[in-house]
Order: sequence, then C-alpha cells, then structure tokens
Amino acid sequence: MKTINVTVNGVTHRSEIESRLLLVHYLRDALGLTGTHIGCETSLCGACTVLLDGQAIKSCTLLAVQANGGTVTTIEGLAQNGELHPVQQGFWEHHGLQCGYCTPGMIVAAAQLLERNPDPTDEQIRHGLEGNLCRCTGYQHIVQAVQCAAKKMKSKPAVAR
Amino acid sequence: MIPAQFDYIAAKSLDDALSLLAKHKDDAKLLAGGHSLIPAMKLRLMQPGVLIDISKIKDLSYIREEGGHVRIGALTTHYQIESSDLLRRICPLLPETATHLGDVQVRNRGTIGGSLAHADPAADWPAAILALDAELVVAGGKGERVIKAEDFFVELLTTALKPGEILREIRFAVPKGKVGQSYAKFRHPASGFAVVGVAVSLTKDGSGKCQSAGVGVTGVSAKPYKAKGVENALKGSALDGKSLSAAAAHAADGVEANADLFASAEYRKHLAEAYTRRALDAAVSRAGK
Amino acid sequence: MAEKYVGKSVKRTEDPRLIQGLAHYVDDIKLPDTAHAAFLRSIYAHAHIKSLDVGAARRAPGVLAVFTGLEASGAIGPVPCAAALPGLKVPDYRVLATNKVCFVGQPIAVVVAENKYAARDAVDLIQVEYEELPVVLNEEKAAQGGPVIHEKFGTNIAYTLTAGEGDIEAALKSADKIVKQKILHRRLAPVAMEPRGVLARYYPGEQELTLWTSTQIPHLARTQIAIMLGMPENKLRLIAPEVGGGFGSKLNVYAEEALMGWISMELDRPVKWIETRRENMQATIHGRGQTGYIEVGCKKDGTITGLRYNVYADMGAYFQLLTPAIPTLTGLMLSGCYKIPAIQMNATGVFTNKVATDAYRGAGRPEATYVVERAMDLVAAELGLDAVAVRRKNFPAPFGGDKPFKTATGLFYDSGDYELTLKKALDMANYPKLREDQKRARNEGRIVGIGVSTYVEICAIGPSAAAPAGGWESATVRIEPTAKVTILTGCSPHGQGQETSFAQLAGDHLGVNINDVTVIHGDTAIVQYGIGTFGSRGTAVGGTAVYMALEKLNEKATKLAAHILEAGSAPVTFQDGKFSAQVKGENKSITIQEVALAAHLARNLPPDMEPGLSATSFFEPKNFTFPFGSHIAVVEIDRDTGEIHFQRYIAVDDCGKVINPLLVHGQVHGGIVQAIGQALYEEVVYDDQGQLVSGTLMDYAVPRAEMVPWMELDRTETPSPVNPMGVKGVGEAGTIGATPAVVSAVIDALSPFGVRHMDMPIKPEDVWRIINKKSAGAA
Repeated sequence: MKTINVTVNGVTHRSEIESRLLLVHYLRDALGLTGTHIGCETSLCGACTVLLDGQAIKSCTLLAVQANGGTVTTIEGLAQNGELHPVQQGFWEHHGLQCGYCTPGMIVAAAQLLERNPDPTDEQIRHGLEGNLCRCTGYQHIVQAVQCAAKKMKSKPAVAR
Repeated sequence: MIPAQFDYIAAKSLDDALSLLAKHKDDAKLLAGGHSLIPAMKLRLMQPGVLIDISKIKDLSYIREEGGHVRIGALTTHYQIESSDLLRRICPLLPETATHLGDVQVRNRGTIGGSLAHADPAADWPAAILALDAELVVAGGKGERVIKAEDFFVELLTTALKPGEILREIRFAVPKGKVGQSYAKFRHPASGFAVVGVAVSLTKDGSGKCQSAGVGVTGVSAKPYKAKGVENALKGSALDGKSLSAAAAHAADGVEANADLFASAEYRKHLAEAYTRRALDAAVSRAGK
Repeated sequence: MAEKYVGKSVKRTEDPRLIQGLAHYVDDIKLPDTAHAAFLRSIYAHAHIKSLDVGAARRAPGVLAVFTGLEASGAIGPVPCAAALPGLKVPDYRVLATNKVCFVGQPIAVVVAENKYAARDAVDLIQVEYEELPVVLNEEKAAQGGPVIHEKFGTNIAYTLTAGEGDIEAALKSADKIVKQKILHRRLAPVAMEPRGVLARYYPGEQELTLWTSTQIPHLARTQIAIMLGMPENKLRLIAPEVGGGFGSKLNVYAEEALMGWISMELDRPVKWIETRRENMQATIHGRGQTGYIEVGCKKDGTITGLRYNVYADMGAYFQLLTPAIPTLTGLMLSGCYKIPAIQMNATGVFTNKVATDAYRGAGRPEATYVVERAMDLVAAELGLDAVAVRRKNFPAPFGGDKPFKTATGLFYDSGDYELTLKKALDMANYPKLREDQKRARNEGRIVGIGVSTYVEICAIGPSAAAPAGGWESATVRIEPTAKVTILTGCSPHGQGQETSFAQLAGDHLGVNINDVTVIHGDTAIVQYGIGTFGSRGTAVGGTAVYMALEKLNEKATKLAAHILEAGSAPVTFQDGKFSAQVKGENKSITIQEVALAAHLARNLPPDMEPGLSATSFFEPKNFTFPFGSHIAVVEIDRDTGEIHFQRYIAVDDCGKVINPLLVHGQVHGGIVQAIGQALYEEVVYDDQGQLVSGTLMDYAVPRAEMVPWMELDRTETPSPVNPMGVKGVGEAGTIGATPAVVSAVIDALSPFGVRHMDMPIKPEDVWRIINKKSAGAA
C-alpha cells in the first residue's frame, strides 16, 4: 500500500492505496467523484479526462500514485461559485450532448483547448478534441458549443477557469 | 481494465533509477508517461513485478540549445516539445511531429523518451529523430554511451538499449542554413498511430540545390528506418518536382512492409512514397529561396 | 393550446446534471457491501470445454464465490429470444456455457469478489481445458454446409423466409434490363460510450430483487429476467438509471443481467458487474451482417419493374432478443420510397461462430435502404441515366391523409412527398452546378463524386401485431397538490431527450413552465408498464401516449374548473394556464394550479368526479410512421493515395411534426456520423479462427471529430396521419439515409474508372487499387 496526497477540486486528500490503483478508480471509488467516466481501456475514448496540474490527461492511463502531490480538477470542480463554466454553458445551449456519457471528458478537454487557444477555428476544435469519442452527437453541436464558450470567455475572461 | 499487481517505486534521481533497475532486472519496467506501458498492463499483455517511476526526476525534462546542439531530456513531454518556442524557431520538425502524435491528453503526459524506448513501429518520434540524425544518450551502470538514432531501433518493440540502461537525452546538431522540414503522416483511423509517417529535414545551398537531407520513415515496417535511398537521391539535386519524385520513389527501397487490416504491404509501400513526396514538397517550400 | 414550447429549440432539462458530472449511470450507484463480478470468457470460437477448474480462483484473496455454467444453468433459464418465425430453430443459450463454447467472448464462469481488482485477478486463476472444434464464420458458406454449431439441428440454417408481393418472375421477365449485384453489409459494433453494467440487490425480508441495468427496455427486461429467474415479476424491480447510449445494443436482455440478480440472491449481497470495452466488443450484440444478392429489373426509361433480394443473414452462434427478426425488417422496407410492383426477399438466417447480431441503429432498415439505393444507382449506371432522374421516375405521387401508399412488401406508408425533400436538398446543394463543377474537376484530373440518396424508413414501432412484445406505449400525467407536473413514461430514454420533449408537451398543454415538469422513467416500481425507447418510437408512440394523457387530464381539469367557477353551461376556455368563463356577465378565472389543489383537497368536486388530478393513457398505434428524406454527399478523392475527403454533406429530413428542432438536428447529426462510420471506417473483423481482430478501439474505428464533415441540414414537415400530433420519429434517419449517399458519392467519383459498386467500409486502399489499376492501363 502507498500513501498519497492529492488535491482534488480544491480539497486535499490523504489516502492509502494499492500501487496499481488507476487514478480514475481512485477518483470514482475512493473519492466518490463519479462524473469522470470510463469508456475504454486503451486510452482512446477520453471519457476519463481530468486536469492534472492544469493539464488534460486520461485518468484511466495514470496510476493514482503518479498523481501523488498533484492537483486534480474533475468535471465536478469546473463550475465555480454555482456558476457553470463557459464550456458547460456552451454544451447546454448548443445541445452538445445526448446520452451525456462522454460529456464530462469532452468538456474538460474543451476547457483545456480554449485555455491554450482562446480563438480556435472549427478545424482546431476538431483536432483539439481528437482524444475524445462521442457516439451520439456527430460532433457538430460540440464544435458549436466550444465556439460559443470561446465567445463567452472572451467577453468575460475572468470566468476562464 | 485492471493491471496485475506490482510494486511501485518512485525513483528520486537518474542514479537511483539505475540502481533500482540493476536490482530488479527483468522484473522491472520503467514508468515515464505511461502511455505505452499502462494500456498494455491493463490488458495484461504486460505484467511487470516492479514499476520504477522515473517521471518525477526533474532534471530529465528540458529542451536546450547548447554549443550548436539541441538537447532534449528524455522525460520531456510531447506537449512541451509541441509548444516549445525554441524548437519552433530552430527545429520546427519536432513541434510539427508532436501535433500528429496521439491526442492532446496523450501529449500532455507522454514523453519522447518513453515513446522512443517503447519502439512501437508506428510511433511518430522515430521518423523525426532519424531525419535529424539525432543521437541518443543512454545512461547505464557503467556510465554513459551514445547511440545513433539509426542504430537505436533494432526490431519490433526492441531498441539497442541494454538491460539496466535508461535513455537520458536526445540530441542533434541545430540545423543550419536554408533549412526546410516537414512531417507528413497517414493516420490510422482507429488508433491514431502512423500507417505511414515521413519526416524530412533538408538544407539548400546557395544555388537552391539540396545540400543535405535526412529522411526518417515510420509505420511502414517492423522498425522505423532512415530512407537512405531518398537521402542519396536528394543530395545535390535541384529539388524540383522531377527530382523530388525520383527521390521519393526510393522511400521503401529494400523494406519489408507491414500488412494489417487497414493497409496491405503493397499499399503501405506506395503510401511511403506518396507521403515522402508530400513531406519533401512541404520541406522544400519551407526552406526558402 | 398555445405553442409556447412545442416546435421551439428548447435547451434540455436533463443537461445540468450531465454537464456537471452529477448524473448516475449504473457504475455511479454505490451501495454498501457491494461485491464485484468479473467473467471468464471463451478464448475460442468453437470448442468443447473438457474441464473447468475454479478451485484456485475460489481460494484467491477477496473472492466470495465462483460460479460455473453447471451451477448457474440449473438456476437460471435461457437467454430469451422474443422473435417468432415459422420453423425457427432456437438454440438453448445458457447464461454461462456448460460443455461447449460457440463464440469468442462467451461467458464460462463468473468470479465474485470483495472488489473489482480481486475479481479480475482471480479470473486468471481459472483453468479451462478446451478441445478446439472447426469453426464456421461466413454466413453464406455456413448455410451451404461445413461444421454444424448446434448438433441437434443438423444444420447451421436457423430459418428461411420468403417475403414480398407481386409476381417477381414476371416482373423481371418484363424488364428491358436486369441488373445484378452482390453486396455486403459487414458487422458493426454499436459502441455505446457507456458499456453495459448491472447492479443487483436482494432484500430477503421483502423477497424483492432490484436490478439497476443499462437498458433501453426496463419493463420488457423485467418480464424476461423474472422468467429467467423463476421469480414473481412484481418482486423484481428493474431500474434503468442514466443510460449512456444504446443504439439498439441495450434493446436486449443479456445473460449478465439475470446472473447478477441470481448471485445477489445467492450471496445475499449487492453485486455489480461493469462491462469492459473489450467485453463490449466481444459479447454485446453486433449489428448488420448480411451477404446479399440484388436482382433489379428496369425499363429503358428507368422504371423499376421488380426487385429480388436473396440474403444470408449472419445470426451469430445464439439468438439475443430480436436476432432472427432483424432481416424481416429488411424485407419490409425493400420498396424504399419507390413504386416497385413486385418485390421478393429470400432470407436465410445462418448460425456462425460469432456473437449474436441484433438491432443496431436502424436494425434491418439501413440494409434495405442500402439495397434499394444501390439498386437505383446501378440501374442509372446501366442505362446511362442520371441517378436523380431514375429516383424521380419511380417516386409515387404525394400521399397522406386517408390515402396511404401501398408497397409490394405489404406496408401502407402513412404520408410522404418524396420530391419535396429531394428538391430542397438538390436546391441546397445546387445540384446542376455540382455536376458542372464535377465535370470541370474531372477535366483537371481531379476525382470528385456526388452521391444522392432518397430514403424512407419505418418508425414508431409499432402496431402491437407487428411487434414481438407489444408495440404500444404508456404515460401517466399528474398535477401534484403543489401544482408541479409529473409525467411517468414507459419510454425510457438514453440520450434522446424525452425529459425535455415530453415536458414541452406538458408545458403547452397545461400552460406551465417546463421547469415545473418532471419526467420520470426507467423504474418499473414507479412507472406503469411500458415498452421502451427504440425503433424511433419515443416521440411518435411514447410522446403520443403523453399527449393523450394530457388531453384526458385537461378534460378533467376543465370540468373541475367549470364546477368551481360555477360556469354552468357557459363555455370554459383555457389559456396560459388559466381557465376562464363568463359567469353572470362577469369574467371569472382560476389557474390550473388552483384547480390541482382543489382536486386534491376534494372538498368541492362535481358529484361524479374522483379526487386527484391524474390521467393515464396507453397508445396503440394503428400503423407505423414513415419518415423520409434526401441526403447528398460530395467527396473528393486523393488520386495519389485513395483518401476520401468530404466537400459537402447535405441532409433534408422529414420526420413529420417537430417538437424540438435542436433535438432533431442532434439525432440527424449523430445518425449521419454513424453512417459515415459504416460507409468508410467501421467493420467488425474476425480472423479465420473466429478470433475477434477488431477487439478494441485501437482497431475498430469509431469516427472522431476530425473525420467527419460539417453537415448542412434542413427539413420539411409532412405530418403523419397515424397519431394526433403528426409526429414520425427521427432517431435512425441519419443512419439510414447517409450510408448509401456516402457510398454513392465515392462510387460516382470512381465511375470514370469503370466502377459501379464497392463494399463498405470503403477504405483508401480499395480506392487506390481502383485508380491505380485503371490509370496504369490508361497511361
């Protein structure tokens, strides 16, 4: 067993864990943050995307011990003071989700994308979301949702994460 | 979805990692970004007894220009390379290659050293480091040695790294003169790996002729290779359409090409030529007049 | 009724929980003391199990139990198949294999442990000795002989079936030309992003079992699982919580669902199993899987005289819920949106050493549309006519109201105007200019293709007589004492947005804010019996039940309002949530909220009125609905490599009356992209030993954002006469309409190379080979 200290959505946790515990299982099972989903086992679907030290990563491809000392933001930590993150707003307004299963990972990846490129083209959005699969939407509303979020973040930059 | 049990040890330094490797030998695997290893462990295709996590060794993550050389620490992430202003200026091939690699999440976490040491035959980095004639600096129990990129890839998933050795740095001469570089990739629709990937780094002389050319090819065969036939044909050539086509025709000379569900060996060889031509066209146009 | 919500792009009410990660899919539900299950599955496609040793697994740390086929099969009935066909051979499909395995991924044993890590570890400790048997994999070859999978049948043919009307022989004889083509509909994996999952909890005191399972059909699954477990149906509570996509793959009853229920009773503990993606690729149903032969007769002017389709349908080794029925839907839709006087389908359902096929988005209808649309293109190519002209030549005149269109497959299409969508799509595309551009491009040596499909689909499944287990749907609407509106629907959604669209109906009917409406679904202990969400029936059947219940409720509320207002015989009007009447020259009114409270207080009711304000309706549709549309794909092909690039994608769909355009667009987008996947990327591949080669997402290419085009959508509204709202359904339209359009565009591009047909998925190498062969000859 290993002891880790991880700050998740602003709260620091000290946990005893098995070395092989995947970060996604730690978040979901140990911390009860079930918004982060699992859709494959080959690091391809992106449903498990979270931010680790500000960077989008696939939490199914990281051991929880590797996150020791790190700061994690999950979908549950994206809204601030009761206000949805602009990407969450964009997804809602533009019907960027249907079954919702890929959505948390998609939103976290999109938030990272806009942080790095606040004014993306549609092509850049599609390229930036290449690590996230959606089987429902055909991606078009997702592209529109991210564009909408980009506009919101430009007009109100303080909200940007 | 769940790896078999193992012991996890976080190495504090390169020396620490080397001594851990020496202690645990074949039972141990090095963990860097983990993006090749952990998926394989989740499918239980790999079940190492010990994981030595080297990802926290800080002084193995850097991109520096020193004495006419670029030095990249093995633990530098794909994204650090993709977003490096220095590299964009002096060796844009590497940032360009990085944008083709995996996806954003993978690039944030995966490392160039980890990818090279894993030696997936369809990985992107090998093409670039072959084109750059890079050297790989390897640390071992008995000190360091340097392996030429060309000698590094031995066969499928096998490198020239000996047991107990750790890839520490990738270095290459800063390309000088009228430099043109490009990476052209045919992406597998499912895995995102290279069905074919071709990296080119060339220079022009004063008259616009090809002064030097490095061409690396990945995805085509069991190991990535330097397309020497292409390089030789380019040297001294006018770099016009005709000479580029003639050079690209050598892209898969003497190569035994892979075949899979998506592409036959014959088609892969053709793609090698077509994508070499694409990479050459882009590189030549970027090399300036 | 003022249309404040219906017809508007209303943001979904279910989204806040989903975009914040606060929704509960099966794996998100945590119960104390839950044990976790993991399966040992067959690594062979066909083998005898010589021995099975679970001793070491049972002794492994954290393991609570290991169950084998011998134990489970005595306690649990076979996996059900609801399809009935004459002469159908139904294999005995046990929840765990007993002495033989027939496909890779078939469950053999299940380990239950304190946690999922321990369960997974113990699976590796189970020893199985197999004796490999020869395999049969190709449906056409399997029909003709070779090793038999189910010895007691002595054949791999599960059934044969002839369908259709008209004298096909005469029709083909009367044709000027007969065009023939073999076509393949390869197997596809549905890949719902949420894999399957089950959580079971038994309450011994109450003798009640609760199952949370990721399903499209909570009530049907409850009935079937209760039968499998031999327990009273009303002691089994089945809950479909948030469901992360289905696409037909969860329109089923699986071995794992019954097993988890049984194990939770055996161990007296909650037990959970969550499918991995690899299991999902191996052991969740696949779609399609047909090898077909088209014969189409035509006159010189393009008039179709008859169509014959001989098809071998790949069943897999066993049946799941609807497996053998899927090809019958293909037969029903072989007329497409055309007048075809004689149609015949000869179907042979064949067992193979693979997982079962079953409903995948479209379920038999994409196959039919593909056949008919390929036939239209082949006829056009044979006659040298424009593909659009051939389609127009065979369109029926617009129909609807009390004059349906009868096909030679025995259907009565409810309403349609196929020229309407076609013309709109052609206008959007500027079709004549597209063809000019194509000519110019060809002169420049570029390879550009335009594909047009016109489709009709069969939705709103369906009249009960045509459904395996009831085709109706139910709804209860009630106004609570505090005036909040609750809708209970039997049509449990998994991404379609019924919580919003049904709330929109209530919003307009009752004059309430949709945020005051809660739609409850998926819990058999709360919701009256229903059928489920599949076959594009959610709105047309489930929504109609809601509509009818709302009407009933309104009627009662109006009566009560009139009573309270003492309106006597004066007419009571209802607008914006308020009942009004002129009483003794005075305008009196009462809100629906006040009426609701009065109904519950019951102090002042008309003498014949029961207290409360609630209404339940069961809607039995008289016919299917038949949405239609036209899709146009424009592609350019890289001459050098054969890579296919979209230039444009245009879709005009007519799904009747639209409740929420935003949701309709979402359905169409998703459908088109799944069709693009089928046309260009997706293919389940087994090798010649029956090993699943495309077993992970590393090999099975689900389209990514970068791989698909911008879609230009529009629609027309031809109301259905089958239901009071005139709605038709749209869940599968994109998948049905787009596949032939994309394939047609690629083939059109390659037509100068003499190509008339290519099988899906059309890969760059296939294209390259065609270009290469021909240009080598030309050069």
